[in-house]
Amino acid sequence: MQLYEMTALALQKVIKEKQASIPEVVQSQLKRIESTDPKIGAYISTFPEEAMAEAQKQQKILEAGGTLPLLGGLPIAIKDNICTKDMLTTCASKMLYNFCPPYDATVISKLKEAGAIIVGKTNMDEFAMGSSTEHSAFHLTKNPWDTSRVPGGSSGGSAAAVAASLAPLALGSDTGGSIRQPAAFCGVVGLKPTYGTVSRYGLIAYASSLDQIGPFAKDVTDCALLYSVISGPDPKDSTSVMPKPFNQKANLEGNVKGLKIGLAKEYLANGLSFANRQALAKAQAILTEAGAEFVEVSLPLTQYNVPVYYIISCAEASSNLGRYDGIKYGFRAENAESLKDLYEKTRSQGFGAEVQRRILLGTYVLSSGYYDAYYKKALQVRTLVCQDFAAAFTKCNMLLAPTTPNSPWQFGEKSANPVDMYLEDIFTVSTNIAGLPGISVPVAQDETGLPVGLQLIGPAFGEENLFKAAYVLEQKGDRLGLLPRL
Amino acid sequence: MTAYETVIGLEIHVELATKSKIFCSCSTTFGADVNTQGCPVCLGLPGALPVINEKVVEFAAKAGLATNCRVANYCKMDRKNYFYPDLPKAYQISQYDLPICEDGWLDIEADGTGKRVGIIRIHMEEDAGKLTHNDKTGHSYFDVNRCGVPLLEIVTQPHMNSAAEAKAMLENIKEIMETIGVSDCKMEEGSLRCDVNLSVRPIGQEAFGTRTETKNLNSFRSVVNSISFEEKRQIRVLETGGKIIQETRRWDDELGVGYSMRSKENEQDYRYFPEPDLVPIVLPQEKIDALKESLPELPAIRRNRYKTVYGLSDADARQLVFVPAFANFLDEAIAAGATPKAAANFLMVGIPFLLKENNLTENQIPFSPAILAELIALIENNTISSSIGSQVLAELFSQKASPKEIIEAKGWSQVSDTGLISQAVAAAIAENPQSAADYKSGKGQALGFLVGQVMRATGGKANPKMVNEELKKRLS
Repeated sequence: MQLYEMTALALQKVIKEKQASIPEVVQSQLKRIESTDPKIGAYISTFPEEAMAEAQKQQKILEAGGTLPLLGGLPIAIKDNICTKDMLTTCASKMLYNFCPPYDATVISKLKEAGAIIVGKTNMDEFAMGSSTEHSAFHLTKNPWDTSRVPGGSSGGSAAAVAASLAPLALGSDTGGSIRQPAAFCGVVGLKPTYGTVSRYGLIAYASSLDQIGPFAKDVTDCALLYSVISGPDPKDSTSVMPKPFNQKANLEGNVKGLKIGLAKEYLANGLSFANRQALAKAQAILTEAGAEFVEVSLPLTQYNVPVYYIISCAEASSNLGRYDGIKYGFRAENAESLKDLYEKTRSQGFGAEVQRRILLGTYVLSSGYYDAYYKKALQVRTLVCQDFAAAFTKCNMLLAPTTPNSPWQFGEKSANPVDMYLEDIFTVSTNIAGLPGISVPVAQDETGLPVGLQLIGPAFGEENLFKAAYVLEQKGDRLGLLPRL
Repeated sequence: MTAYETVIGLEIHVELATKSKIFCSCSTTFGADVNTQGCPVCLGLPGALPVINEKVVEFAAKAGLATNCRVANYCKMDRKNYFYPDLPKAYQISQYDLPICEDGWLDIEADGTGKRVGIIRIHMEEDAGKLTHNDKTGHSYFDVNRCGVPLLEIVTQPHMNSAAEAKAMLENIKEIMETIGVSDCKMEEGSLRCDVNLSVRPIGQEAFGTRTETKNLNSFRSVVNSISFEEKRQIRVLETGGKIIQETRRWDDELGVGYSMRSKENEQDYRYFPEPDLVPIVLPQEKIDALKESLPELPAIRRNRYKTVYGLSDADARQLVFVPAFANFLDEAIAAGATPKAAANFLMVGIPFLLKENNLTENQIPFSPAILAELIALIENNTISSSIGSQVLAELFSQKASPKEIIEAKGWSQVSDTGLISQAVAAAIAENPQSAADYKSGKGQALGFLVGQVMRATGGKANPKMVNEELKKRLS
């Protein structure tokens, strides 16, 4: 096995036992990126020199008898909407094509402190708006399991990077499924944490009340390791909250005996692919076998999840993206004749079609005369969705659900009608609406061999149980240790 | 001819005197070099998040408590969205439907009559940056220093009917905010600004006329002048059969004219919605009660005390209370033993004059209240005359010494030596025989002249009372 193919945990062991140096680990990773990323397009920018310099610095410390921090020597890929000091952070948008933040996001400070080595920034749907990474202003990212298909989105670059062994670990962000859906499509593990447990400081906002940074990894253990590093309260983020620190080791002994797992009958309705149904049945069998108990629950507002999500997220986006006006940084249109003209030209030329569509939609639902009918109504439904989940969690410790209704689609297949793509978010958006944690874990494959991931959804701060059950699914599922042929 | 009544409501912006900005730790110091007080948060850089300054909430609650408002146990911040180059995020974080304070009032007095003016609400918000334009080059410049400086917006009921009442209300707000220490209310630095909503209606009509809003008035004079301009303009429009257009107006203080900025139809839809980056603000009742307990004596109560306890006139009480620094100094001087009336006089005349001479602010009196009390005692026990007292006061602005030390060093002790005074009086009579004769023939004012001559001859040090008596004795 090549160094670049290893999990983070395996690399830790290799480094600790001096089977490879940190520069060797990083070098292996960089070479893999150089040779293979042209086929995938996971990265927008890479930082080989900076990564090697950091690797050598850490190696010196190690050789001088110093101890490595938790993620010491481990390469990591970062979604390009997370601010990295003096490293381009573009949100895959022409609008920020040249934006170099003067500061690090809180998660980046934590990663650096923990010794992780940033090898590059990953591709995404522009401003995290999309479910296929097709809306990147720069290039497509291909699904490593079938390069004619999408990797999912919006964190498609991060998911594809981990799946294609272009990084053992990656960060993404999830506003309506943007970690879990690409994780499912690319056959990796992805966690959307409880809202507030990972600081949003430095995450370029799409929809502030829904956005959450989360980890991607090759397996559940690595995913828990990365979550333990990035989570925790942050005084720079007023919405950050975490009652007690997360201890990843306590949750991976695979014991799910006595756990009650709910299946929402609304999630099993028509529209779910055969492969997903089969995967669900398989997961139910695995978890039952391991001692968990299944109960039926109801989430009656499921059909409203997608519209509520698109109203709230677009409303917030229309405000969050107002600052990209060509005045202070980023793209500025030429030949503007007035201030208003500068705004219009900059925003028309700098934003892609999907971003403009969502800004217009959000502006509309917040406008006077429409606010009550759309935005206010959506907030009311949001409260009810939270109540539905609360009721369900009186009967169970977590829910088992599909991550996506279908397998990854071909490029362009869902581009004609935006609503077709929006509807693919049906199983992921509700956890964002309610601020709950959800983890997608690869369990099976469809008829053509593409990975199928399933989702475990917990109550707020219920990550520990999610990791327990996800670990069982991973160990007993069909996908453990599989790598795409590239 | 119809008689009209003016109806005025004010929106008053008060810049809070917190050390740091409302959502970040940047300094708020006025007058710093351009673009030296900024960070990712107040620059609105992508990814940066606001964190509310607890002090702002506390100051806002205090402002509400001092103006008889109800302070909310639960409120939230909202976003007000609009594009302008001085607003880096393209939205201002403000408060919309749940302001921190509501339903207050203040009693004002204008033109000799009192009235109660209602306060609709007080809310917290952030200031925008500052733009300057170079007309020659056509370039505009942006200064981030003011971005995120905390503001209160105080919205009054339309309860005022004249410029004098509006001025009195604004003065009341200013002295309250200064007294409770939440703002320095320096209008010349823009830390107190005012928008005037004004309409007119025929006397007796209940329905309000169409109103206009004159924005950004930053002196009492411009408030008064713009109101008299606008009420006259509106009446003239109505008298000539015109209609008032609801619009935003600007006031040119130099030319003394107001002009239309934009009409209601062109007004923006701010698309207010709850700020998702901040959590709601919860103020437990115990906290509010404690803040109320911590408020200093408010101006209205202080004015009353100055009249009843110190025996000052209404006008003097008003003048002193209006400048909290002076009022505090007065209270401390009196506590140190000063006679209230004498101390008040120094704080209304001599001290303000000397502060101005020395380019000092009201907070920079260079000696302690106890020193003033000592000076007053020296005058009252006839160690020095009051005119010498004024000279000692001036000395106190230039040297660190007690009044006694100054008097000694300058040899200014009042002369009460009968022999010396008698000699000086005799000399004055001898040198001014005409005046002496005038006095004897019944022209009383001649005595004053002779007293003046004696005082001059003694360098102002002779005890004026003894001089008077000696002159009368000799001329009788």
